[in-house]
Amino acid sequence: MVRTTRDQLLPLMTFLRDAPHCRFEQMMDLCGVDYPSRAERFDVVYNLLSVTHNQRIRVIITTDAATPVASVAGLWPSACWWERECYDLFGVQFSGNPDMRRILTDDGFEDFPLRKDFPLTGYEEVRYDVERREVVKEPVSLVQDFRNFDFVSPWEGMLTLPGDEKAHEVRQHIKRSRG
Amino acid sequence: MTDADRNTLLQDAENIVRTDIPESLLPTQQVEERERKTLEIDSHALNFGPQHPSAHGVLRLVLEMEGELVARTVPHIGLLHRGTEKLIEYKTYQKALPYFDRLDYVSPMCEEQAFALATEKLLGIEAPERARWLRVMFAEITRVLNHILNITALGLDCGAVTPALWGYEEREKLLEFYEAASGARFHANYVRPGGVARDIPAGLEDKIGAWAKEFPAWIDELETLLTENRIWKQRTVGIGVFTAEQALAWGFSGPCLRASGVPWDLRRTQPYDNYHKVTFNVPVARHGDCYDRYLVRITEMRESVSIIEQCLSQIRPGAVKVQDPKFSPPPRAEMKRSMEALIHHFKLFSEGYHVPPGATYTAVESPKGEFGVYLVADGSNRPYRCKIRSTGFAHLQALDEMTRRSMLADMVAVLGSLDLVFGEIDR
Repeated sequence: MVRTTRDQLLPLMTFLRDAPHCRFEQMMDLCGVDYPSRAERFDVVYNLLSVTHNQRIRVIITTDAATPVASVAGLWPSACWWERECYDLFGVQFSGNPDMRRILTDDGFEDFPLRKDFPLTGYEEVRYDVERREVVKEPVSLVQDFRNFDFVSPWEGMLTLPGDEKAHEVRQHIKRSRG
Repeated sequence: MTDADRNTLLQDAENIVRTDIPESLLPTQQVEERERKTLEIDSHALNFGPQHPSAHGVLRLVLEMEGELVARTVPHIGLLHRGTEKLIEYKTYQKALPYFDRLDYVSPMCEEQAFALATEKLLGIEAPERARWLRVMFAEITRVLNHILNITALGLDCGAVTPALWGYEEREKLLEFYEAASGARFHANYVRPGGVARDIPAGLEDKIGAWAKEFPAWIDELETLLTENRIWKQRTVGIGVFTAEQALAWGFSGPCLRASGVPWDLRRTQPYDNYHKVTFNVPVARHGDCYDRYLVRITEMRESVSIIEQCLSQIRPGAVKVQDPKFSPPPRAEMKRSMEALIHHFKLFSEGYHVPPGATYTAVESPKGEFGVYLVADGSNRPYRCKIRSTGFAHLQALDEMTRRSMLADMVAVLGSLDLVFGEIDR
């Protein structure tokens, strides 16, 4: 696994593809990962495969929603759609991609659904309206609230029990002195 | 009706009748009298699908035609997008597994295997020996299932109806094995992290063995219909040619890559489960056309039968899932007596297990090619991110390159030979 920066991406990728002891001829996968708490919230992960040397390598760069990443579609034509998909689902911009349209989501869709702040149910739902004889979009209305359990045990989640603050401090202190 | 109206009607009727008579039946004089029009056909767009029988699902192509030649292909996908990756982020690892059946619904168990292997890698557990043999055996049954459907559907697209009828009958036998093992014909949910759901019923091994003896004869019969068939060869030989360099650059894998002359099979080069304990050949063809992709698949079916037979001879009784109650549910009988078992069962099916933080890209050789799962765990009981590397996505992308300047009818043959399933491409 290699972590690199945005401006080093293209030279590194060209090296990985062409250097005789690397020869990563195939770009198998490109995907985004969203970490909303970070300043540069997106990871872009490239998974390369060398058929010659039977090796895999993973290259990871970070970016945010505004800063474009250099496209590797010039190196591997297969990157074009993977980058489109990453843009469609996360909103990561790729500069130099010849065809930067959305790919998987519905026509007229505006959000980026795989971002962590996008709700699982989405914002709009579509249905066929018999009277108007067309498909209409409406805001999602849930009959029952979406239930999302965090599975944190109350004994682990609540570290300081009421009335137990002093003992807890002592425990923390012990931990700190040990650590 | 007035007389004038009647006259015009009669006149119209006469005109229609006269123009309808084919030229060969008209006297020469009248043929010359007929007005001759020259039509100029220029580039125009043609819509193909999404409701087209040979689009293999919900593919929509916009074809820019020059006469009958395809100048450019613009695939529109996403009509079957269900947000699987997003849904998986909200499910425990166990609940995420059945989504994999629904991706490539023609080869469900191989997809499950990819996710199970990725989860096992992060958990640091390994399935017991018998489970690994069962996985290999069912992965090969899945491969045969997939190839039968693909070959016969490609035949159907090219006008050969009989293989499809025969193929469905043969697939039914294999789906019975699926049903016996998992309880479901398609959405098996059989391969689980840490092993398989349950042991196969008594007698199934003999049934599979009996099937494996008969099946090669069926492949021979299928080949008598297609391999040397003149029409079949006219439709597939030299159609959709892709060189090895192109195939590598476009991220091809599986039979499509091997048909272009690259000897690459993950079962051989990066073996998983028990593939290192079986011997098999990797068929490779040279021309990279539709016919070669068909030949590679036919040969792969024969190899699969040989792998299944090797599995049957080497499989021994034993545990089929890890004997750790944190990862696999306790036996039903034990739950009636043991409090511990009851608690484990409840925790496992409500909270699931927590997977230590890490990331893995795990790929298996699914019947279509490399099927990968990029799994990011954050220490909770749900995947933080689960990226599914679908095989068909890369193959479909190259369609424009493969079919440029080919005939419209060849487009259908190329589509069929790429083995596309939209459950997997659109996710």
